[in-house]
Amino acid sequence: MTDTFLGMPAFPQAAAEAVRDGQLRANLRHATHTIRDKRARAVAELSDWAELRAAGKAIKDHTLRHLDRYLVQLEESVTAAGGTVHWAADAEEANRIVAGLVRATGETEVVKVKSMATQEIGLNEALAAEGITAYETDLAELIVQLGDDRPSHILVPAIHRNRAEIREIFAERMAAWGRPAPEGLTDTPAELAEAARLHLREKFLRAQVAISGANFMVAETGTLVVVESEGNGWMCLTLPRALISVVGIEKVVPTWRDLEVFLQLLPRSSTAERMNPYTSLWTGTTEGDGPSEFHLVLLDNGRTAALADQVGRQALRCIRCSACLNVCPVYERAGGHAYGSVYPGPIGAILTPQLRGTASPVDASLPYASSLCGACYEVCPVAIDIPEVLVHLRERVAEQGGHPAERAAIAAAGYVLDHPALLTAAERLAGRTRALHPRRLPGPGRAWTDTRDLPEVPAEPFRDWWRKNRP
Amino acid sequence: MRVALFATCVNDALFPATAVATVRLLERLGVDVDFPPEQTCCGQPQYNTGYRRACEPLVRRTARAFAGYDHVVTPSGSCAAMVRDNYPRIGARAAAEGRGTELADAALALTPRVHELTEFLTDVLGVEDVGAYFPHAVTYHPSCHGLRVLGLGNRPLRLLHAVRGLELRELPGAEECCGFGGTFAVKNAAVSAAMAEDKIANALRTDARVLCGADNSCLLHLGGMLRRRGGALRPLHLAEILASTEEDPWRPA
Ligand code: SF4
Repeated sequence: MTDTFLGMPAFPQAAAEAVRDGQLRANLRHATHTIRDKRARAVAELSDWAELRAAGKAIKDHTLRHLDRYLVQLEESVTAAGGTVHWAADAEEANRIVAGLVRATGETEVVKVKSMATQEIGLNEALAAEGITAYETDLAELIVQLGDDRPSHILVPAIHRNRAEIREIFAERMAAWGRPAPEGLTDTPAELAEAARLHLREKFLRAQVAISGANFMVAETGTLVVVESEGNGWMCLTLPRALISVVGIEKVVPTWRDLEVFLQLLPRSSTAERMNPYTSLWTGTTEGDGPSEFHLVLLDNGRTAALADQVGRQALRCIRCSACLNVCPVYERAGGHAYGSVYPGPIGAILTPQLRGTASPVDASLPYASSLCGACYEVCPVAIDIPEVLVHLRERVAEQGGHPAERAAIAAAGYVLDHPALLTAAERLAGRTRALHPRRLPGPGRAWTDTRDLPEVPAEPFRDWWRKNRP
Repeated sequence: MRVALFATCVNDALFPATAVATVRLLERLGVDVDFPPEQTCCGQPQYNTGYRRACEPLVRRTARAFAGYDHVVTPSGSCAAMVRDNYPRIGARAAAEGRGTELADAALALTPRVHELTEFLTDVLGVEDVGAYFPHAVTYHPSCHGLRVLGLGNRPLRLLHAVRGLELRELPGAEECCGFGGTFAVKNAAVSAAMAEDKIANALRTDARVLCGADNSCLLHLGGMLRRRGGALRPLHLAEILASTEEDPWRPA
């Protein structure tokens, strides 16, 4: 993935720091609780939610099983509709293709529709290195870009910011990127939105090239779909002369009819809306309407490797609704930046180590960034069993060496637990020496006893009570 | 009906009172309980930390210890969930790795007979009023595994409602994780502690005297923090409340 997050500390350290930031915790708590309550109400309105969820899962599983076939079909449909398909094996190749396409138009500025795929490959930075400026047009992405910040949520990248902070960013930074913020800007939502609208309008009307991702691609017709709430996507997808869409290969669905399922699952799960405000669909090029040039860059970047993993591949069903982030108690306290990846929260904890591998300390720490409470699985509209994948990836980390002390402890415990007589002896010893037990521990256990006391060891284990009382 | 108690290693070693209470409660309800001493640990800590292969001897051991019993009852939702959810998975993986179906068969022979205590009471015995008496204000924390993996629903609350003298206080944010998560509490101590702090703050807001749960792992974690803070709120396992009667009020050993 991108360099943006290189040099990040592993999750536990980054999260410990975030936990100490009271403002961040308050912002996150407020935002995630509001959206999770609204989502629960929106989902409860549908009596067939469970069936929709099962259908979404089944369609994605079927497509992933026959991904090769559907991708070839997609390429044929896109080409027949007047578009050009490019295949990118990794981030570098994708960036090279996109930069080449932009250069060929002779432009040095592009407008962007919010897209996780382009963040994943670090496209904006790669374009900047080629002298091309990419303007984010989604409100939250704009805040992140102006603030020289990193996104911290899939859907609400600036979720960690409150209104006062956003006002400050607009007032100080808009001028450097284009139209300055109005004089005397306050932090009311209406004024902030108006400032963003004026700033962005200038970009929409000038841009000749747009870059987008897509939520879905329909194999049978070559149609791409973007759902969004602000209308900025609609502007980017219709006004410019050239459109370049960078999309992960797992976003394909077989037929137009499949959209029926996902266009119900996605908005309710992500923004708690019955229908998302803007649904843009485009198929190749049409004379006299919309962009006259259309390129689709199909991105692998670790996806086929994930597909090869029988347990892990279910992460590729993800439709990026972000519901799992909003219910995750760990995300709520650690914030998105702690995950060191463009995909934060529970889905990030299983997707990132599959796309990037588990070699780096950050990636090896991600499968452990969960208490396995299961709230993410319960809420996921395509039923990704995130706890199952987390444990599966922990196994991968443990196999590649894990922590030597941990391995030793597991092995020793395993031996004792498979020999009940030894277990009884250990329990009795603990009972007899209970007066000597410390309340606080040295070494790795210290983190526990910094905030919690250890329990008192009982005088006798249950198995001894049983032997005496129920002979 | 042959019924075995699966005490679990945490209860056996650290919370024997819970296992004793479970025995007394079940015997009061006319159940003949046995405790096969070959049982040890369900393997949950190992499994959840990424040591699947280290669990295999424990899967085998647990299945062997409880062979021949009609029902296996455990006062630990997370251990019941481990057996029910992960034993078949561990067996299937061993088979997929070309090591035969012995483990999968052992898992499948055990899994349907394992019940968490409140399930056993309400679904197998068909009782909600167990004749308990506990004159205190209580708030209940439904642990994640009981709530989401086992789907216990309101079974524990129905049991608590029927306890005479008990005043049940609703816990705000009840369904949120307390932050224990086994080794998570050590590996991600800061986040884990932050979660426990919020859970305890919610429990304190109820003004209850007892923080009840059906999983001693969560209570160990929350109790450790409660003890550090001092104060009147005490953690107590649901089995100990249900075991308490007017003639024989439960006093933790
Ligand atoms: S994993 Fe599921 S809940 Fe999370 S973002 Fe993806 S689809 Fe949504």
